[in-house]
Amino acid sequence: MAKVILENVSKTFGNVEAVKSFNLTVEDKEFTILVGPSGCGKSTALRMIAGLEEPTNGVIYIGDRAVNDLPPKDRDIAMVFQEYALYPHMSVYKNMAFGLKLRRFSKDEIDQRVKWASEILGIQNLLDRKPRQLSGGQRQRVAVGRAIVRKPAVFLFDEPLSNLDAKLRVQMRAELSKLHDRLETTIIYVTHDQVEAMTMGTKIVVMKDGLIQQIGAPLEVYNHPVNMFVAGFIGSPVINFFPSRLVSKEGRLFIDAETFQLPIPQKKVSYYQSLTGSEAIFGIRPNDIYDRLYAPDRLRENFVRAVVDVIEPLGSEIHLNMTSGRHNFVAVVDAQTSVRVHQEIELALDLDKMHLFEKNDPNLRIKTDS
Amino acid sequence: MVGSKTVGRQILNLYLPLALFIVFLLFPFYWMSIVSFKPTNDLFELKFNPFWIQRFTLENYLYLFQNTDFPEWVKNTLIISVISTAISLLCSILIGYALARLRFPGSNFLGVGIFLAYLVPPTLLFLPLAQVIAKLNLYNTYWALILTYPTQLIPFASWLLMGYFRTIPKEIEECAMADGCTRMETLLKIILPLSTPGLISAGIFCFTLCWNEFLYALIFMSSGPMKTIPVGTVSDLIKADTLFWGSLMASAVLGSFPIAFLYSFFVKYYVSGLTAGAVKR
Amino acid sequence: MIGPETVSRSRETFKRHGRWSLRRLLDRESSLGVILMIPGAFLLMLFMAYPFFLGIWLSLTDSMIGRLGHFIGFRNFIDLLHDSIFHQTVRNTFVYAMVTVPFKAVLGLGLALILTNRMRFSNPIRAAVMMPWIVPTALSALGWYMIFDPVFSPISWLLKSLGLVTKNVNFLGDPKLAIASVCLANIWRGIPFFGITILAGLQAVPHELHEAAAIDGANAWHRFLHITIPAIRGVVLIAALLSIIWTFADFQLIYILTKGGPANMTHIFGTYAYQIGLAATDIGQGAAIALYMFPILSVFAVLLLKYLRRE
Repeated sequence: MAKVILENVSKTFGNVEAVKSFNLTVEDKEFTILVGPSGCGKSTALRMIAGLEEPTNGVIYIGDRAVNDLPPKDRDIAMVFQEYALYPHMSVYKNMAFGLKLRRFSKDEIDQRVKWASEILGIQNLLDRKPRQLSGGQRQRVAVGRAIVRKPAVFLFDEPLSNLDAKLRVQMRAELSKLHDRLETTIIYVTHDQVEAMTMGTKIVVMKDGLIQQIGAPLEVYNHPVNMFVAGFIGSPVINFFPSRLVSKEGRLFIDAETFQLPIPQKKVSYYQSLTGSEAIFGIRPNDIYDRLYAPDRLRENFVRAVVDVIEPLGSEIHLNMTSGRHNFVAVVDAQTSVRVHQEIELALDLDKMHLFEKNDPNLRIKTDS
Repeated sequence: MVGSKTVGRQILNLYLPLALFIVFLLFPFYWMSIVSFKPTNDLFELKFNPFWIQRFTLENYLYLFQNTDFPEWVKNTLIISVISTAISLLCSILIGYALARLRFPGSNFLGVGIFLAYLVPPTLLFLPLAQVIAKLNLYNTYWALILTYPTQLIPFASWLLMGYFRTIPKEIEECAMADGCTRMETLLKIILPLSTPGLISAGIFCFTLCWNEFLYALIFMSSGPMKTIPVGTVSDLIKADTLFWGSLMASAVLGSFPIAFLYSFFVKYYVSGLTAGAVKR
Repeated sequence: MIGPETVSRSRETFKRHGRWSLRRLLDRESSLGVILMIPGAFLLMLFMAYPFFLGIWLSLTDSMIGRLGHFIGFRNFIDLLHDSIFHQTVRNTFVYAMVTVPFKAVLGLGLALILTNRMRFSNPIRAAVMMPWIVPTALSALGWYMIFDPVFSPISWLLKSLGLVTKNVNFLGDPKLAIASVCLANIWRGIPFFGITILAGLQAVPHELHEAAAIDGANAWHRFLHITIPAIRGVVLIAALLSIIWTFADFQLIYILTKGGPANMTHIFGTYAYQIGLAATDIGQGAAIALYMFPILSVFAVLLLKYLRRE
């Protein structure tokens, strides 16, 4: 088990900078997830840790060693690929034994480890089969088994659940989390699915265009995103953004989004004061917007009127797509709400949860928040 | 990945063997070319290094066009190749489509049969075939080859096209038929336009094989002006005296040139046609 | 979309054309399939199937060219079994096929391994290495004919100037060297086929397999042994079986280089059948010689089919 440190690591392919000045410390036993849209550099970063790509700049440490010059086999890592990459001509047993055989483990030791790993993953009955005789989920378990059998210092996962159907994915998410608890190892996991990132990781690293946007625990990133990209990427349904203006009226600070004005909560005024008079982007999550009829009392005072476009009843809640002036936005409201399409509805917003992003900041960073 | 070759090892492991292969594989063509551009007398000069040209000349090529039936051979080979290819492609498209898409009695059996036909070599059939050609009075005519070459072309071309047609999603055809097309119309308007690479590969394969064919052309064409390039070159240009090398090599070079030229534009199609046989899709 | 017009149109077809009209036959899957097979099947029947059986018939007669003979049963076949030249022919053919194919496979594999690497000019290089396969065999055979010539061979010239031999080598005229020379030309011609086919097989191996093996601890040699070889085994086998069949049934190369000589040391089935059947006009015996190939070819053909089915 080991710490992994990436110090100022960057990678350029031709004239494309896939990863730029990447700095990350993964503590021992942490489950760290690199998440971001396609092309953000997360897989490249993972492959550099594995030794499948050489960094253009920077140093990578696994444990206490700088591993830049070490080939993958000497780094004490194991990797699970998106396409599983099982050896097609070998049985499941041989697939899992391969790495151990190369490292000259005794037959007994190999047998013991393979049996141990296969029991953890529930594939003990599949040891004689070839990969082509297995289902997708089974192949994935064999791929994981091949990794854990080596008991490496660090586990690397490259989008392992992307090829599974939805139901299986949910199941495997839980199993991987349990595996982490059981084995107490360091895991670095890459995915484009923010739900996986939120549910599995102890720490998530949000990336975009080769740069780290934010590092933090899942709830931290959810509640306190540092910029508009992170706010928009994490959280489902996606956060609502309203281009608006900060105005001062009768000594109070308001968000003016043309079709509605809302007062800024007192405790946030000091942060946003400096933006008075300028344009800003007001963000609020669908879950923090309530049907006024069913909203908590303290929120009922200030409300917004909007026309309902689409109603998506999910059983436990209802998603509403609405329009107010030139704004389209989404709210997740109580299942009892009885509104109809093209009807008007009154909505209460929990402004304690609001975010404000500076329009003129190139990174669209959030105005200093608590 | 980390730990891969350094430049020095690359030269040793990669470029040196590559150079050896290229020299070995291309030397005969180099040799044929330089001999064709040398006056044949120069071959006898003991002090001349045979590996390059001391005196450049086109006399061998001129001789070829003026004193031999070479122009006739070119004409014959071209006509026969083009027509045989056309006939074979037509038959192969129909067979390929039938085997790829249609269920009909005997289709499995015929599919295997076509493949086996690919494996029947000309050397097994040439003697009785000579009788057949003689009996049909096609001896020494274009028809002798135009009708027999397809037997060597249709099996592989059908198989290649069948594989190609199979990669076209069935849904597209079904959509067309729902829109009112008959099966033949879908073949013509939908499948063929989408199979252009496969058709080109098959066409190139057929054309090349016709151009290269030797045994049937040797047996069925007896008179000088009716021969094809390979047969004419071998039978008429090797003479009793030793002064034929220049024109022999000139004919060999010129005879190869169209195929090499065609090839340089269609490498992709040659390769895909070649590998269709051995690598599964 | 199927609308009322489409439905009424096909009803019209049915009414106007009746059950067995060409239109209806072309529409039904089962009859269309048969119809489409007819042109090709006709040509193959007339010029392949019929000659095949005619060949069997001829081999059982004492026909000469121009004169139809009488049925003599298996006498041609038995006579050949006592023919020492035929024995030599059989030996030669097996040597020719079984020696050249392994060389072609190994060299082809080597070439493919080189070509998988990313390098500059890879397209022209690939085009260049395919030349021996692309150029008409008869014409490149003429090149070898001169390269092996007893007077003008550049190989002899080179060996003499390096002091390795004192006089010209008679590659095609020396009974001991002829078969080796002919094998060399055949190997030369066959390398591109194996090279390109194996290359395609190599490129079909997903690079993740190599990466997984590298992480598991395999170095380049291990990866070659455990990943590359198993992955291309099928491709190499198929190519080899095809090559054996083709080499067995070869004609051009040997005919042009040696016509089967010297002293019948390079005769193979095809050239010997040609000599007996056409040059000596004994078409019955010629057909028998050719037919001796058939069982051997069938064995390889069946092996090939079985293996292809499995892949």
